[in-house]
Amino acid sequence: MTWDISNIKKWKVGDHPAGVTIPEGGTAHQYKTGGWRSEKPEWFEDRCTHCMICWMFCPDTSIEIKDEKMVGIDFDHCKGCGICAEECPVDAIEMNEEEK
Amino acid sequence: MAKTVALTGNVACAQAMRQADPDVVAAYPITPQTTIVEEFSTYVANGLVNTEYVTVESEHSAMSASIGASAAGSRVMTATASQGLALMWEELYIASAYRLPIIMHNVNRTLSGPINIHCDHQDSMGARDSGWIQLFCENAQEAYDTTLQAVRIAEDHRVKLPVMVCLDGFIISHAIDRLDILDDDVAAKFVGEFDAPITMLDANNPITVGPFDGLHGSFFEFRRDQELATLGSVPVIEEVGKEYGQISGREYGLFEAYKLDDAEVAIVVLGSAAGTTRVVVDKLRESGIKAGLLKLRSFRPFPAEQIAEALAGVKAVAALDRSLSPGAIGAPLFQEIRSALYDQASRVPVINYIYGLGGRDVSMPNLEQVFNDLSQVAKSGQTGPVIRYLGLKE
Repeated sequence: MTWDISNIKKWKVGDHPAGVTIPEGGTAHQYKTGGWRSEKPEWFEDRCTHCMICWMFCPDTSIEIKDEKMVGIDFDHCKGCGICAEECPVDAIEMNEEEK
Repeated sequence: MAKTVALTGNVACAQAMRQADPDVVAAYPITPQTTIVEEFSTYVANGLVNTEYVTVESEHSAMSASIGASAAGSRVMTATASQGLALMWEELYIASAYRLPIIMHNVNRTLSGPINIHCDHQDSMGARDSGWIQLFCENAQEAYDTTLQAVRIAEDHRVKLPVMVCLDGFIISHAIDRLDILDDDVAAKFVGEFDAPITMLDANNPITVGPFDGLHGSFFEFRRDQELATLGSVPVIEEVGKEYGQISGREYGLFEAYKLDDAEVAIVVLGSAAGTTRVVVDKLRESGIKAGLLKLRSFRPFPAEQIAEALAGVKAVAALDRSLSPGAIGAPLFQEIRSALYDQASRVPVINYIYGLGGRDVSMPNLEQVFNDLSQVAKSGQTGPVIRYLGLKE
C-alpha cells in the first residue's frame, strides 16, 4: 500500500488515518534531514576496513552499503552527529565544519 | 452462575483483568503501585492467564512499554496511582494520540507534597485533557464491572482510545467489599477476542506509528480528530453498559440519577462518596427533603447535555470535588457542571464543595450540611459563597 500525501496540506479534520498511523513503512526516508547538519563527516576510503561499526552506530541509516562494504554517506539524511567518526576504530571518518 | 465474594477493590480489578486475559501487562511493581498488579502477577506465575508480564523500572517505562505492546497489536492492561500516573504524563498523551486501546486502573490518590498517600482525585484530574476516557467507580463491584466494560469500550473500532478506570484509593482499593464475579466463560465471552486496530508486527503490511508532524501542520486536525473520537465514545459506553446489564443484572450508563426526578436539591459527585450521599439522600427523604444524587461515572467524555437534562428541574446543585485547582474558579467537576447548566433557561445555582483532599474523610453530617445549605439557597434565591470547603479546619 502506498500513501498518497500529495495533497496533504489541504487535508481536513477526519481526512487523516486514525491515530496518526501511516499505512506504509519506512516513511522517514522521504523526510530529508541533511539540512540540520552543522558538521559533515568525511570518509577516507583508503583507511576504511569495512568493519561496519559506523553502520551499526549511525542513529539514522546514513551509512551507505553495497555488497557488504561501505560505499559512502547519505547526506540527505545525515544530521552530522559525529557518532560514526567517534566510533570508527581506524579514524577513517573525520568531522569538518559544514560548508555554506 | 456468578458467585458472591468478598474482595478488596484491588483484587476485584485483578480478577477482571484475569478474565480479560491481556496479552501484555507492563507495570512498575513498587509504590505508588497498588496490589492490583501484584495480585495479577500471581495469576501469571500460576499459569491462569496467557499474559507476558513486563516489570519495568518506572511508570514512565510502564506506559511506554504498554504503548509499544499495544501498537504491536496486543491487548494491554496496566495499573497505577498518584505519583505513578504523574510520571506517565507524556506517554498518556501519546497512547491516546495513537488511538491505542490500553486499559489502565488508576487508584485515585493525591499528589504530594507534603507526602500523603491517601485518596483524592487530583491525579486523575491532572490527566483529564490527556485524551483518555475516564470512568469513575463507586465501589469494588463497579471497579470489577467497569474493568470488563473498559476493555469493550477501548477496543471498539468506533472508539480506539485508552480507558482509565478510576477507583478511590484505600476506600475502594484496600477495603474488603462484597461483590459478584461473573463466571469466567461469561466474562470472556463479553470482552471477546481482541481485534487489533493496528499491528506493527505484520511484515506484509508495514505501517508507521508515531510519525513526525513535519511542517505540514496536521497536528491541529489530529487533536480535533481525537476530540471527536472521545465524544464518539458516548453511545459506545452506553451500549456496553446496557449489554453488561443483560449478563450481570447491573446496567451502567454515563451517570446514575438517584431520586433526581422530583429532587429540589442535588449533589453531583464522583467515586466512593456517592455511596455515602445515597444514604444521606434516603435519610433526608424520610424527613421530607427532596434530595437527589447524580453520580457521574464518565468524566471523560463529559456528558454535558445529558447532565443538564437530568438536573433541569432541580433548584440548587452542589458539585463535590475531591480535588483543588489553585487559582481557578472552583475545582474541575464544578467547572464543568456549572458550564453544562449555564445554557439552561433555569440557570440553576451551582455551588462547589471541595472535600476529602489527602484522604480527609467525608461523613454523613458533612453531606447533610451540604443539602441543608442547598435548601437555604433554593428557598432564599441567594447563592452565597460559590466555592466552599467541606471538613476543612478554617
